[in-house]
Amino acid sequence: MKITRSMILVSSDPESLRLGAEDLLRNLKEAIEAYNLQDEVTVSTIDVSAIYDVNRANILPMVIVHPDAVVYGPVKPSDGRYLVEEHLYKGRIVNDLLTPPKLLTGQIGWLRGRKGYNPAEQRVVLERAGRIDPESIEEFIAAHGYEALGKVLSEMTPEDVIATVEKSGLQGRGGAGFPTGRKWGFVRGAKGDKKYVVCNADESEPGTFKDRIVLEGDPHQILEAMTIAGYAIGADEGYIYIRGEYGLAYQRLENAILQAKEFGFLGKNIFGKGFDFDIHVHAGAGAYVCGEETALIESLEGKRGEPRSRPPYPVTHGLWNKPTLVNNVETLANIPAILRNGAEWYRSLGTPSSPGTKVYTIMGNVNFSGVIEAPMGITLREVINIYGRGMKPGSVLKLAQTGGSSGSIIPAALQDTPMDFESFRKAGVSLGSGALLICDQHTCIVDLVKVLLQFFRFESCGKCTPCRIGTQRAYETVERISQGLGKLEDLEFLQSLIQEMERVSNCGLGQTAVVPIRDMLKHFRTEVEAHILLGSCPTGVCEFSQEGEKAL
Amino acid sequence: MPAIKSLEELKRVREEALQKKQVKAAAGSIQVIVAMGTCGIAAGARETMKSVLNYIETNNLSGVTVTQTGCMGMCEQEPIMQVIVGESPRVVYGKVNAEVAAQIMKQHVQGGQPLKERVLPV
Repeated sequence: MKITRSMILVSSDPESLRLGAEDLLRNLKEAIEAYNLQDEVTVSTIDVSAIYDVNRANILPMVIVHPDAVVYGPVKPSDGRYLVEEHLYKGRIVNDLLTPPKLLTGQIGWLRGRKGYNPAEQRVVLERAGRIDPESIEEFIAAHGYEALGKVLSEMTPEDVIATVEKSGLQGRGGAGFPTGRKWGFVRGAKGDKKYVVCNADESEPGTFKDRIVLEGDPHQILEAMTIAGYAIGADEGYIYIRGEYGLAYQRLENAILQAKEFGFLGKNIFGKGFDFDIHVHAGAGAYVCGEETALIESLEGKRGEPRSRPPYPVTHGLWNKPTLVNNVETLANIPAILRNGAEWYRSLGTPSSPGTKVYTIMGNVNFSGVIEAPMGITLREVINIYGRGMKPGSVLKLAQTGGSSGSIIPAALQDTPMDFESFRKAGVSLGSGALLICDQHTCIVDLVKVLLQFFRFESCGKCTPCRIGTQRAYETVERISQGLGKLEDLEFLQSLIQEMERVSNCGLGQTAVVPIRDMLKHFRTEVEAHILLGSCPTGVCEFSQEGEKAL
Repeated sequence: MPAIKSLEELKRVREEALQKKQVKAAAGSIQVIVAMGTCGIAAGARETMKSVLNYIETNNLSGVTVTQTGCMGMCEQEPIMQVIVGESPRVVYGKVNAEVAAQIMKQHVQGGQPLKERVLPV
């Protein structure tokens, strides 16, 4: 395939065609030739109905320009020449033709207006990280720190706080996406004389480090959010369960707690409003399963980190069997901004079904790896081409893995799906914790799944049989396939194994350990079968054992 | 520091902190900020920090504040160093090892000329 600097996609669904998409396509092509850009720009069509909710608004026909990921629409056929002249020839975005952001789920076009290194970032959670001194409370206060707490304690009732959070539509950012306001309401409504707030900072998904950036760069934000949560649910004590490896974040949190106590943001009678709250930091010991909330609570109580049977859920029987709110770091980090700016402001970010922003960690075969924060609903293509600055030279996207080991494997074909909870659920994949591992054509799916299963096999806590034995058997089977010793029956075995594991595993570890296998069989079955039937690894990654070669 | 008891008091503390910053900036003070998140430290931010402090000591500079910050998301460009001269906007440098740090101190902090080839467009 010829590699060009830019690609224009014209929507080709029936409605667009009715409105003149064919003429538009012809006009674009003519204009490109007129400006002698045919060697630099590829023109193609795209079915946008899979990406955008086209029935909702008058945005057809649409023109999408990559790698800028600028979305135009509605574009009249007569606008084609102007668009080419301005955007492709002169390099200016045609603001008049941009699709209004409200009508899109992929919101990049709207954010493009902001110039800069990371052109389309929208920072809520990471607003201060990398800008203020994390060990100085004055700098935090100077950047509107503890303002939300002051406002909440002096002007709002706990019910108001919960209502605001619920109205903002914030969903848990740990991976499951449970509505945060509703969870808070449950804990508030639970009976008990003592309640707890627990911050889940045991960020152990491989490749995820968003929480670390928040804790290291802006520790006071979490303290503020936890105190607000404590006020809302009626708790007077909070715990931060932090991953054992995060030594620096631990120190900075301890330091921040001391400072907050000195300033009266923690301790007795906060803001003189008669509300007491205290926070302890607890370092984990490096078990993956302790990121699961009930295992985390067990570990916090000093027991072995094994998940509990549910129900009862932590919202009624959590830490020391008291009602407990467990929230992820990123979820909590959104809270002060929501209460400072209001639920309406928060809803204006992201998509209608998943408001707000999401922090992603980008790594793999892209030119630029790091952490970004962007509105919910941007697409993988946008992440790779804009934030990741494209694939590394010679690399073509094959798959992306979202959310660490328990996330989904997304084939390149799904890269235009908006990354929000609802769209991902519809597409049958999960957003997970926000890690994005971008893999190119040299990645072997069997090898990748083998590595992931090795991780699960090692990290399974062993409490329930389907997970303990299941991860081991799954690993052995996939390893056999990678050595060239697999049989077609193995695939059926894997299929039935993952069904059982998903159904009867005790906690999220066993239930999500099956996801890589399921995605492998769903999206990359031919590649797996090539390992079995042809006795070769199409990418040349897997090293076949001698027995495997003899067997053929 | 007595405990803050009301929203007004908090606002006052904030204004004070902002004012302090402004006064400093107006007086032409220079801020050197080294990103010291885990990624920065792993990439050698401690060496960068040492080099900056060394430079200040050996050249007897005054009016320079050296602080740290967390990661700003560009982990690939670590160690990152930011320089704010007086009221001018912050300049962000990427891949600042000990030598580059000394060079920035000399050329930008002392000489007032940003080291263009290392500036990250933020």
